[in-house]
Amino acid sequence: MDIVQILSIIVPATLVYAAPLILTALGGVFSERSGVVNIGLEGLMIIGAFTSVLFNLFFGPELGAATPWISLLAAMAAGALFSLIHAAAAISFRADQTVSGVAINMLALGATLFIVKLIYGKAQTDKIPEPFYKTKIPGLGDIPVLGKIFFSDVYYTSILAIALAFISWFILFKTPFGLRIRSVGEHPMAADTMGINVYKMRYIGVMISGLFGGLGGGVYASTIALDFTHSTISGQGFIALAALVFGKWHPIGALGAALFFGFAQSLSIIGSLLPLFKDIPNVYMLMAPYVLTILALTGFIGRADAPKANGVPYIKGKR
Amino acid sequence: MVKRLSHLLVPLIAIILGLAAGALIMLVSGYSVASGYSALWNGIFGEIYYVGETIRQITPYILSGLAVAFAFRTGLFNIGVEGQLLVGWTAAVWVGTAFDGPAYIHLPLALITAAAAGGLWGFIPGILKARFYVHEVIVTIMMNYIALHMTNYIISNVLTDHQDKTGKIHESASLRSPFLEQITDYSRLHLGIIVALLAAVIMWFIINKTTKGFELRAVGFNQHASQYAGMSVRKNIMTSMLISGAFAGLAGAMEGLGTFEYAAVKGAFTGVGFDGIAVALLGGNTAVGVVLAACLLGGLKIGALNMPIESGVPSEVVDIVIAIIILFVASSYAIRFVMGKLKKKGAN
Repeated sequence: MDIVQILSIIVPATLVYAAPLILTALGGVFSERSGVVNIGLEGLMIIGAFTSVLFNLFFGPELGAATPWISLLAAMAAGALFSLIHAAAAISFRADQTVSGVAINMLALGATLFIVKLIYGKAQTDKIPEPFYKTKIPGLGDIPVLGKIFFSDVYYTSILAIALAFISWFILFKTPFGLRIRSVGEHPMAADTMGINVYKMRYIGVMISGLFGGLGGGVYASTIALDFTHSTISGQGFIALAALVFGKWHPIGALGAALFFGFAQSLSIIGSLLPLFKDIPNVYMLMAPYVLTILALTGFIGRADAPKANGVPYIKGKR
Repeated sequence: MVKRLSHLLVPLIAIILGLAAGALIMLVSGYSVASGYSALWNGIFGEIYYVGETIRQITPYILSGLAVAFAFRTGLFNIGVEGQLLVGWTAAVWVGTAFDGPAYIHLPLALITAAAAGGLWGFIPGILKARFYVHEVIVTIMMNYIALHMTNYIISNVLTDHQDKTGKIHESASLRSPFLEQITDYSRLHLGIIVALLAAVIMWFIINKTTKGFELRAVGFNQHASQYAGMSVRKNIMTSMLISGAFAGLAGAMEGLGTFEYAAVKGAFTGVGFDGIAVALLGGNTAVGVVLAACLLGGLKIGALNMPIESGVPSEVVDIVIAIIILFVASSYAIRFVMGKLKKKGAN
């Protein structure tokens, strides 16, 4: 097996599994950069996956090929709405943000399964009629070697995820809006003094995480899972959280980490096809994202420090 | 006294609001609230078998609640109870299947091994926090997943030969009691409830009656003050996570030695560890509170199983209720704020 052949198995598979992680981790970056810890990414993904699947099932027959894209928009809207619960608890009601995130995860799973049982009478939806399909990107797919590896067997959603990572980087680090988001996460009192509405910025940060988390869940459901059950999203949100920490709260870092974790996840599927990875027990690849994240936090792989005010409710007038 | 009352009032209001939300959800989805909640009630108290099952469910909840609460008292958030529980479960079953001996040695050995394994799993985030100042929340979440994959690997590759379930533990390590099963119409109720209640007493004793407990609490209140008072913040953080993990490991032993008597490969978490967060929070992180909250949550969880059978309501409504209760307890600022407003109005 030559190297191009191996890469053309690894890269597309990695991109498939990485896309939902990239998107969700980006959401986490916005939320945590604004100072709100978001353990609830998993729950946001659940809401996104659920919404996109139901939308697809209900409107797929009428809307045809455009369905998966519109279902992603629906997933984003649902994610943003749902994230408001976390925002209200964490920002306005000064709840412990970790606790509220845990509650969000429970609520998301309970509520979606409740509705699924209500509609289908069982804990599983039907398969969606209009999923995303892998395609060859016109033009780019014809480039020799690179085209075969990167663009000939890929979902548009994967390309979108990578593009959004760069757009997020630009927004966070090159625009006044990004500066404001970051400032309320680092030193909210200073930001407040400069006339920035800390509460508003944090609400926006959390809602962007809802948009992205919903999108991530929707992409997972319409490319990989294709239906919705209690285990459709089982831990991807936490891997995204790991990616965000391993990527040091930076969009491009999160992109890199999510790509790597996507690779690790895809290996459990394609590992047996590859000569080098055949002999490594699956368990090491499954554990790799989590172990690496701990090592990164500990400082063995470059120290990862959270935004200063991350997790601290802002109380006006308190020193 | 007034402060005490408000400590009790917030969880109570949260519970009422949670149940009200559940009622609203049933109403909107076209179910009868009365038959839904009466099915829940009957699912807990309707038959002696259900009572037995409820107490069985309360057992690991007490321990996972104690684990979360104990760390909370030192200002640490142990969200890794789930992982510590799995490690404890696997360790207990390992001792239960690999060794043999009289029950008075075998059973305690299995319990101690489970506690030690869980303690070790909690100690790692503790040491990382104490030495490298790494926030324990992320590390414990990561440790959960490492535990899930690792125990799955151990169960299918070390304890068995590529099976997805270990054999039954030897009787000498079992917590099962024919007497308890008989008086509860052959539920899976086991002696673990005694272990759990003892653990609650131990937590109360350590926290309230020992110098170490005082130190642990002091660190929880103010790290700097305790540092200046000559306490070792690092040591206390590590101790707290170690003991917290040991409680969680015991919770796993309850499942491994009592309820199931085996360990199986898991596709997802048990949920007992995460529910422990709810238990601890609702119980105000005290030993007595944890036992009471575990009773409530255990009741809700087991009672929920009866809801689809008797009233057709999906059991998930209870998960929603529990999530909302947690949200309200966590947002106690909002409840206190509204209560304060109401009080002022009453005064005028």
